[in-house]
Amino acid sequence: MSANSENPVTGYIDHHLTNFEVGEGFWALHVDTLITSFVLGILFAGTFWLAARKATAGVPGSWQNFVEMVLEFIDGLVKESFHAKSNLIAPLALTIFIWVFLMNFMDLVPIDWLPTLAYALGFEYFKVVPPTNMNTTFGLSIGVFLLIIFYSLKFKGGLGYLKELLGHPFGLWFFPANLALNIIETLAKPISLSLRLFGNLYAAELIFVLLATMTLGVTAPELFSSAGNIAMFVGQVFLTTLWAIFHILVVPLQAFIFMILTIIYLSMASETDH
Amino acid sequence: MSINVTMIGQLIAFAIFVWFTKAFVWPPLAQAMREREQRIADGLAASERGAEELEKARADYEQTMAEARQKASEILAQANKRSNEMIEEAREEARREGERLVEQARSEINQELARARQSLREEVAGIAAAGAGRILKREIDAGTHKSLIEDLVAEI
Repeated sequence: MSANSENPVTGYIDHHLTNFEVGEGFWALHVDTLITSFVLGILFAGTFWLAARKATAGVPGSWQNFVEMVLEFIDGLVKESFHAKSNLIAPLALTIFIWVFLMNFMDLVPIDWLPTLAYALGFEYFKVVPPTNMNTTFGLSIGVFLLIIFYSLKFKGGLGYLKELLGHPFGLWFFPANLALNIIETLAKPISLSLRLFGNLYAAELIFVLLATMTLGVTAPELFSSAGNIAMFVGQVFLTTLWAIFHILVVPLQAFIFMILTIIYLSMASETDH
Repeated sequence: MSINVTMIGQLIAFAIFVWFTKAFVWPPLAQAMREREQRIADGLAASERGAEELEKARADYEQTMAEARQKASEILAQANKRSNEMIEEAREEARREGERLVEQARSEINQELARARQSLREEVAGIAAAGAGRILKREIDAGTHKSLIEDLVAEI
């Protein structure tokens, strides 16, 4: 970070947008992203498993009640849009919804807390929000993409899927155009899924970072020493609060969109009659 | 911001969490929810059945009560009739008994009267015979004058 010495603001922003990387080139691992997302995944799986392990048909406890509420919500969505028979779709949707929600939620944790803690533990960089790393969003959407291919083959058969790729939407004589269109359409699904989530979260994170630079480098005694500093501080608190409140909407919404589009893509893949 | 092997790591983590959810989280919860649904449905059906049975029991009870009431009033009416009859019978019997007693007393009185009359006659005949004897200063032979005395007795 050469910018660090020249301009503290650019240095701060760069620092927040850099992953803790181990390795070189393609074989590099973003350890911060992996740790955060894995811990959150364990949090999701563990707490939900706790409810499942003690699941009773009698009067449910408050945690089981909450989990059942989420399950019922997702089950309703899946039953509405996915008509083929599969017992993978609903758990898949649940995993995506809660996991992505938790990962998005890291955006609402005050921006310097976790990086500072990580720095104390020896991580020079620590980018907290996994969906602001394209590796996360593409990791998820490629999983969905593989399932789309798998479901297409499973429900349409190899020949049926090939016929659809070649003979749709213009009829079999235009098969090169059809194939091109279908390949673009199929590839567009995971790309749009991952870029939408990445873009929303990256932009949100960037705005939090920018708002944080408003009083960067100002020490506590200096904060109230001039009218300009006071105005900056009040403005920062106001804008950050406003953005966080707005973000409360964005966090579950993006998780929901990722989940519902996954369900819809898979239901399209499993529909046999066009 | 480069794509690297982290993506593969995230894909694997994703697969593991989906598998875990599918294997250990979703089925028991779905099962519990289905069971509870069944239980609630059963409970509702049972309560409906209970209400129906209650209604039936009430109808039964009312019918039985009506029958019992009717039977009771029948029995009461019969008892009244019977008691009236008994009173009537007793009155009749008492009347007959009274009449019989009166009749018996009357015949006894008559017998007694006849007997008294007879003995009085005989006594008067004796007194008359004695009186006549005393008047005639001689003994009237009862044997010889028997017919005479009897005539006399009949005359009194």
